[in-house]
Amino acid sequence: MKAPVSWIREYVDLPEGTSTERLADRLTDVGLKLEAIEVAGEGISGPLVLGRVLTREPEPQKNGKTINWCTVDVGDANGTGEPQGIVCGAHNFDVGDLVVCILPGGVLPGNFQISARKTYGHVSAGMICSVSELGIGEDHDGILVLPADAGQPGDDALAVLGLDEEVVELEVNPDRAYGLSLRGVARDAALAFEAPYTDPCDRDVPHADGAGHPVVVDDAEGCPVFVARTVSGFDPAAPTPEWMARRLTQAGMRPISLAVDVTNYVMLETGRPIHGYDADAVRGALRVRRATEGEKLTTLDSARRELSAGPEGDLVVCDDSGPIGLGGVMGGESTEISATTSRVLVEAAHWDPVSMFRTGRRHKITSEAGRRNERGADPTICEAAADRVVELLVAHGGATAEPGVTVVGTPPSPAAVTARADLAARVTGIAVDDATALAALRAVGCSVEETGDGSISVTPPPWRPDVTDPFDLVEEVARVVGYDRVPSVLPAPGAGRGLTRVQRLRRRVGRTLAGAGCVEVVSFPFIGEAVLDQLGLPADDVRRHTVRLANPLSAEEPAFTTTLLPGVLKAAARNLGRGAAGVALFETGPVAFPADRGAAPILGIDRRPTDEELAELLAAIPAQPQHLAAVLAGEQERPGWWGDASGTGWEDAVALVRRVSDELGAGLVVSAASLMPWHPGRCAQVATADGTLVGHAGELHPRVCQAFGLPARAAVLELDLDAVFAAAPTVAPAPSFSTYPVAKEDVALVVAADVPVATVEQALREGAGELLESVRLFDVYTGEQIEEGQRSLAFALRFRAPDRTLTDEETTASREAAVALAAERTGAVQRA
Amino acid sequence: MSGPNSEYDPVEVTPLGDEQVATARDEALAAIEAAADLEALKQVRTAHAGDRSPLALANREIGALPPQARKDAGRRVGQARGAVAQALAERQAVLEVEHEERMLVEETVDVTLPVDRLPQGARHPLTTGAELIADVFVAMGWEVAEGPVIEAEWLNFDALNLGPDHPARTMQDTFWVDPPEHHVVLRTQTSPVQARTMLERPPPIYVVCPGRVFRTDEYDATHSPMFHQVEGLAIDEGITMAHLKGTLDHFAARMFGDGISTRFRPSYFPFTEPSAEVDLRCFVCRGVDSEECRTCKGEGWIEWGGCGVVNPRVLTACGVDAERFTGFAFGMGIDRSLMFRHGVNDLRALFEGDVRFTTAFGSEL
Ligand SMILES: [Zn+2]
Repeated sequence: MKAPVSWIREYVDLPEGTSTERLADRLTDVGLKLEAIEVAGEGISGPLVLGRVLTREPEPQKNGKTINWCTVDVGDANGTGEPQGIVCGAHNFDVGDLVVCILPGGVLPGNFQISARKTYGHVSAGMICSVSELGIGEDHDGILVLPADAGQPGDDALAVLGLDEEVVELEVNPDRAYGLSLRGVARDAALAFEAPYTDPCDRDVPHADGAGHPVVVDDAEGCPVFVARTVSGFDPAAPTPEWMARRLTQAGMRPISLAVDVTNYVMLETGRPIHGYDADAVRGALRVRRATEGEKLTTLDSARRELSAGPEGDLVVCDDSGPIGLGGVMGGESTEISATTSRVLVEAAHWDPVSMFRTGRRHKITSEAGRRNERGADPTICEAAADRVVELLVAHGGATAEPGVTVVGTPPSPAAVTARADLAARVTGIAVDDATALAALRAVGCSVEETGDGSISVTPPPWRPDVTDPFDLVEEVARVVGYDRVPSVLPAPGAGRGLTRVQRLRRRVGRTLAGAGCVEVVSFPFIGEAVLDQLGLPADDVRRHTVRLANPLSAEEPAFTTTLLPGVLKAAARNLGRGAAGVALFETGPVAFPADRGAAPILGIDRRPTDEELAELLAAIPAQPQHLAAVLAGEQERPGWWGDASGTGWEDAVALVRRVSDELGAGLVVSAASLMPWHPGRCAQVATADGTLVGHAGELHPRVCQAFGLPARAAVLELDLDAVFAAAPTVAPAPSFSTYPVAKEDVALVVAADVPVATVEQALREGAGELLESVRLFDVYTGEQIEEGQRSLAFALRFRAPDRTLTDEETTASREAAVALAAERTGAVQRA
Repeated sequence: MSGPNSEYDPVEVTPLGDEQVATARDEALAAIEAAADLEALKQVRTAHAGDRSPLALANREIGALPPQARKDAGRRVGQARGAVAQALAERQAVLEVEHEERMLVEETVDVTLPVDRLPQGARHPLTTGAELIADVFVAMGWEVAEGPVIEAEWLNFDALNLGPDHPARTMQDTFWVDPPEHHVVLRTQTSPVQARTMLERPPPIYVVCPGRVFRTDEYDATHSPMFHQVEGLAIDEGITMAHLKGTLDHFAARMFGDGISTRFRPSYFPFTEPSAEVDLRCFVCRGVDSEECRTCKGEGWIEWGGCGVVNPRVLTACGVDAERFTGFAFGMGIDRSLMFRHGVNDLRALFEGDVRFTTAFGSEL
């Protein structure tokens, strides 16, 4: 809401010397937040003065144009009192007109510096200004000609044009519909300064006499009040008075024609949207009802709209021809006020806010009228607002008010709110006594009745439809008393339980990966088919079954992701594209899989839902496990004086999985697998000890590397963190270990190349028995002396007993048992 | 080595006289003194104190002497050998020190050589920022609650007093899961977590809920379709706006520095009544001579978030006895808070994944 300060001051007698900044601060304090203070003539500096055109000599030029060589009386503004010689290219003015001149030394918006200059054979000492040059409008190309009585030559034009006027732009929250009017803004200013206030709607209006334009309201709930007035003899060519056009412009509305401008002006003044019909185009009585099936209406914006029928359908104003307006939202084209309208039918009606909201949303109409009606305007001022419109049309359009006044319905009366008188003190913590609280409520316009035993019955004023609950009264008291009076007191919660186990585990995973040199990224979860294709996922892959959005930002990415890989892969490519030689990234976050369980119910809010209702609600929400993804691509260990750079391979991904598993004690196990987007021969599946699959790690498929613009052999992993966490022990048991001497034995086993190391290792472990402390592969050899299709695996075995030093015989026996089991299970042969 | 030397033939040996012992000792001492390094000293040790050195030989002969001569000869040879051994030890110590000093000089390296073999890892400031906030509240006895980002419409809106025809619903541009009739959305705020918490357990409740939220904003320097919020909820007997103010003042001071406080301005949120916008005292200029301050743009205050007293309608919908309990709630953007706390000019820096940005923040904020 843009409110010209002079307009506010028309209704509130602010203390002397109140600056606009102070006014804005106080309005903010009481709930109308300052967005900006605008000065209309921003960018103009003088001398900008009124001038009267003394002479105007048209001089045709060689280029076909005609310029006017003018002399203009600018009073003493030029220091000499002599007429000012000015060249002007426009023609829409005459000798004797009062115009606006900027003299040499002045500056127009856009830092347009004015100086005397030689042009078309004359010295032009300044400019005669147009509206657009002054920056106060765009659609007037010609010279701004002022009414003859606007002032005297030499007067400061800034003041005459209101260009020195300040406008406060306020953010009006949805609950403060009254703030969308000067009436309301001024009322809050009066409240803030405890200053005298004059209500512009406080006027004597002619009584309803039933002799006005006939109106029938079929839907009194949708339209509780409908006031109709008519003026005739209106001059459609009558100009909008300068002051009115200026205020409309300052308030952000475009002046159009007197009749339209008057309705807009009164809307800004009172907050009550008004509609004007060309009375001669209206056929018969007006009727307010819900639209019926199949009805159509062409609205003022020339849109042909299919109306919504039924009890929650669009409210329409009809005449004998059918709908002629979307009540309260937008008028119809057939009865639009035109350049020939001489009778104006004025409608000031109160509409059901919910219906207004629905119609606006249904037809995607955002209008100034709709904005006010859907928030709820004051229903008691319809007659005053209509009368004000009539007054202005009569005063400026040469019209005559027709005697009839139609008023249908009565304004709904606001329901009283019962509360404890000390509620505000108890809820805000401000030390405010009951008397102060009651005075505050009265100051905002409530009528307050003390009903004994500390209770009050509060009837909110009609412009406050938002005040319905006891806590609404608390806010009213708080804003009057001042939010700055809320004390600062720490609450005393009981002993908290700290972070949850999962929250702590998540931190550990992040620290572990960062400690391993990985950098965390945060990506948007939106994906489309294209990226799933880039990943090479087969058609039936579960990751292609996505939660889809009805209104994605981009049609190319309409789904919530099922994998974190696209995010990390794109981020890796971005880093490499920006010149990084290598990159190691990780991300944790939710992915989503559709619930496929139908709709989530919309439950009531008057009570807690039952457990069954809640269960049905929660079942409809997609599963959203937390995932972890990581990618390593390009140089990892940098090259330097110590040696060459190291690249990446499948093992880096598995090593990261191992690190996470070791950190959490999750005991994750890898085995060979094949799944896109991994290299089919270099993909490990990761499972918990009980066999639950938790993810994959390995080398990215070469085609996928290419698709994402990543170097070959990028290492990639993705894990379901929730599943990993489930496998981690809540309390890590302490290990027990022996301090007796260790006995080391190495064995080299020749085994078929397709036998996994893990299988051989497991056999050694089991065969060696309980004296075995650890087994670790330290070499893999193929080549000379090893048959084709075989490989030699060298393991270091460490033996130790908890209670004694092992003898050579014991160690040897354990080693031989280990080798024997490996031989039995895998066909391994010990190498001599 | 000990024990008799098998090659020893006492017949060939003549006893050493005084002078011979003295000469052997002096020669040994001179050689020790002349040894320039540990290697030379080792040779001297062999020559003059080794098994075949004159003094060692003399020592062995003592046994072959007549008993009356043994004692005297033993004393003389013993003294000489003692002097040599001491000189050897002293010289050894000196040469070892010299050797160590030389070695340390020789092993000197250029410590300014690059040692960045492995690049630095880092956690994202949005993660560590949320943790920092969580820790502030956990230290006060609060808990951290979480919920899904794809959420039931009822929990995201209705339960929070945002009915289907509430004008405020249009303030939040919501991503709807297809089909919209299924009433599932990407949560537009972390408030549904508050609703879930109230539905799950009885008061007293003191929880903060950091998390991702989504709105259909085009992506630019100050807007993102995905951003992060932290909301707080306290439900207890006798909770007032004063507790809200106290909590936010403490939060502000912990996150932005001692003495940084907050102020309230009236506002509107369906979830709360009364509602307030909360401003943070500018932690750069602290409201003093703010005109030139780029952090608060001359205001002395920074818009931080929204807050208020939980609307009793919300308590009722979530099964909390609104007669007995009151509550407060607050919410602010984590992304925005980090932007002004760390001077991030473009929101997109948080989501691009450029490691140069993220590594600047380490693994803890
Ligand atoms: Zn500042």
